[in-house]
Amino acid sequence: MANELLEARLHASFPEAAEITVLDRTGGGDHFHVTVVSTRFGGLPLLEQHRLVNESLAGLLRDGTIHELRITTKGTA
Amino acid sequence: MSELRDQIQAVIESAPVAVFMKGTPQAVMCGNSDRALRALYALGAPVTAVDVLPDPAIRQELSALSGWPTIPQVFVKGELIGGADIVEELHASGELERKLEAALGEAAHAGTVEVAVVAA
Repeated sequence: MANELLEARLHASFPEAAEITVLDRTGGGDHFHVTVVSTRFGGLPLLEQHRLVNESLAGLLRDGTIHELRITTKGTA
Repeated sequence: MSELRDQIQAVIESAPVAVFMKGTPQAVMCGNSDRALRALYALGAPVTAVDVLPDPAIRQELSALSGWPTIPQVFVKGELIGGADIVEELHASGELERKLEAALGEAAHAGTVEVAVVAA
């Protein structure tokens, strides 16, 4: 399942995250909405927060596993 | 005709607001491109749109330049603002309007829509 691939990558990149969720938006297994809540985002501009998520999933974006990606990030204190 | 990457760079640097998207403003081919455009339209931002679909090389060269993997990509005065999620969030918080006004002054709400074409 692609969901589990995304979750594994995100957990590896954000071991400190308070929340990581991966939603298959269409049921087709390639349109995802990921949410990551982490202390690492605190004080970072949104662009940099999303850049970290994109970097975590770069391989899956490149190889076409992820066709479309929505990202929600939240910083915690 | 200059190199594709140079043409992309030229649009990024010269357009007040550059939107690299799937499709055109007249025929948007992707929900995320549509979301980014809607946020910009809501503020009357002067949009210069580039369709990345005609040639996969456009997207490859763009991502190499910007370091951003997904489409759409929105630039204000040469600076990458982000994709659809970021543009929507910044719009909701009022920060997009502040950014546009700080970068463009009165032109921030010019409400123009243009299409730029890049081709190898």
